Amino acid sequence: MLDVMTKPDIVLTGRKVVGGIAEAEALMTRETISGWGGINAMTGTIIESRHELKGVSFAGKVLVFPGAKGSSGWSAMFHTARLAGKAPAAMLFNVMTTKAALGAVVMRIPTVTDFDRDPLDLIETGDRVRVDGDRGVVEVWKRRG
Amino acid sequence: MVTLTTEEQAMLGGDKGAAVQKAMELLVRYAEALDADRFVETNNVAGVPGSSNAFVKNYYKEDGGDYRAVFSRFDLDSDEVVDVPRMNAYSCHLQGGMDPELWVEQGMTPEAKANFDSDERETAAHGVQILKTCTPYIAGNVPVMGEHCAWMESSAVVFCNSVIGARTNCEGRESTSAAMLAKRVPDWGFHRPEFRRGQHSVRVDVPVDDVFDWGMLGYFVGGAVEDTIPVIEGKVSGQSLIRHKHFGAAAASSGGVEMYHMVGITPEAPSAEVAFGGDRRGETFVYDAAARERIYETLNSVGTSTDVDYVMLGCPHYSIEQIAHAAHLIEGRKVSANSALWVFTSRAVKATADANGYTKMLRDAGAFLMTDTCSSISAAVPKGTKVAALDSAKQVHYLPAIMGIEGWYGTTAECIDAACTGKWNGRLN
Repeated sequence: MLDVMTKPDIVLTGRKVVGGIAEAEALMTRETISGWGGINAMTGTIIESRHELKGVSFAGKVLVFPGAKGSSGWSAMFHTARLAGKAPAAMLFNVMTTKAALGAVVMRIPTVTDFDRDPLDLIETGDRVRVDGDRGVVEVWKRRG
Repeated sequence: MVTLTTEEQAMLGGDKGAAVQKAMELLVRYAEALDADRFVETNNVAGVPGSSNAFVKNYYKEDGGDYRAVFSRFDLDSDEVVDVPRMNAYSCHLQGGMDPELWVEQGMTPEAKANFDSDERETAAHGVQILKTCTPYIAGNVPVMGEHCAWMESSAVVFCNSVIGARTNCEGRESTSAAMLAKRVPDWGFHRPEFRRGQHSVRVDVPVDDVFDWGMLGYFVGGAVEDTIPVIEGKVSGQSLIRHKHFGAAAASSGGVEMYHMVGITPEAPSAEVAFGGDRRGETFVYDAAARERIYETLNSVGTSTDVDYVMLGCPHYSIEQIAHAAHLIEGRKVSANSALWVFTSRAVKATADANGYTKMLRDAGAFLMTDTCSSISAAVPKGTKVAALDSAKQVHYLPAIMGIEGWYGTTAECIDAACTGKWNGRLN
């Protein structure tokens, strides 16, 4: 288990979208994510044909991505993933849209945007990330090895 | 923090009942997520309230597993079930489910049909208009310029903003259900004039004049500008509802375009300067002959076999003019034994098709005129389908991926030919 006295390697600050605290492994992509037609809500995986994360599960991960794209069913798809126990643990994204905002709200997971530095440049898949949604603070421990 | 009017405070305080209170609570969380200062009032909401599949109903079985439970717990994301009154806003139900008469042909089970019927009874009883289409603007809900709406369905949103000049964001299931009760959405995004200005230019160097080409241009534009606002100028002509409908749906699918300007064509773009709100800015994307060819190839990149066993028309839902055109194209011919032809539209338009005899003409040829849904939304294709031919850039973008089949894109005439011969012979002229 993580030594709580270990200082994070990186600290980012941004704006609260949804409050709460979560700590989990990061899953990062530079490609936007679609809801309907883009994910399988029941398994919490990305299914979009040409996506770099096709077949990868975001369940229980801190999802770090540019933003949402695709149909208006985004929030309902991710909401269903929450019911199936497959929602991400938290979300960090750059571009605000009604889709991503509503999706974060109904998933009820800590979510932050409007960062002082781009999380896509600093967080890699596998890093340990702690998100404090209310304060808009994100702490990152880089993966070792 | 979002600032509330006296009326909004009262709704949040429970003055209009528990359901409206829960709706306002959700809307406040949503507004804060967006960092919106306040709400805007809306009396034109289009969503998919309360309808749900077995998984969702079952998830809430301890709460009753019914429409009320789903609407309270899922749509309003409330921790408790509340009594749901008739909707306060003028509200419409968009596409979904199955054709109420041709559900067997669509491969639906009696259990699914019973669930669909029950959801529809509840929806109607709650005062939501049963339009059951992705084209509410053809089926009786035509907003006016400047009207604040709260719509789902990306192809309807882009039409609403761009072609009509009404104002909506791309809303979701939960925000529209809440808006149906509270008549409010966050005053954010497309509700605000400054958000509606163009961000990039698209120069059209080759003539774009028919629905086939308008769709390809839309697919190009979406890929180029993603979800920003393009200002299109150049050799675009022949504007019509049908062409805009196809263009917008394509752009919303390849990118996430929620609003576009076409100089001299769309209402908020009398000039490039007005469309941009000043000088041209952003990048300039050029649609020339090479681009047109590339887009055609992309739209046809999921096709290998020319043995077409399924043709689908009506994405977005066909207008009566399009149904008439398809009926006349197939008159005197028959759908091949190796193929199938399904044409999708709204129930409202089908009523006219019935009266004009188009429904019968299609049926006599061996085709079906279906309503409510489409092959992608319901994952419904004729059994054994491997290769589909489509006249919609949006449908060819989604259907092959959703169903794991091959797809071809071409003109309506090429699609009808494929339905009658069982062979794809489309080409770019």
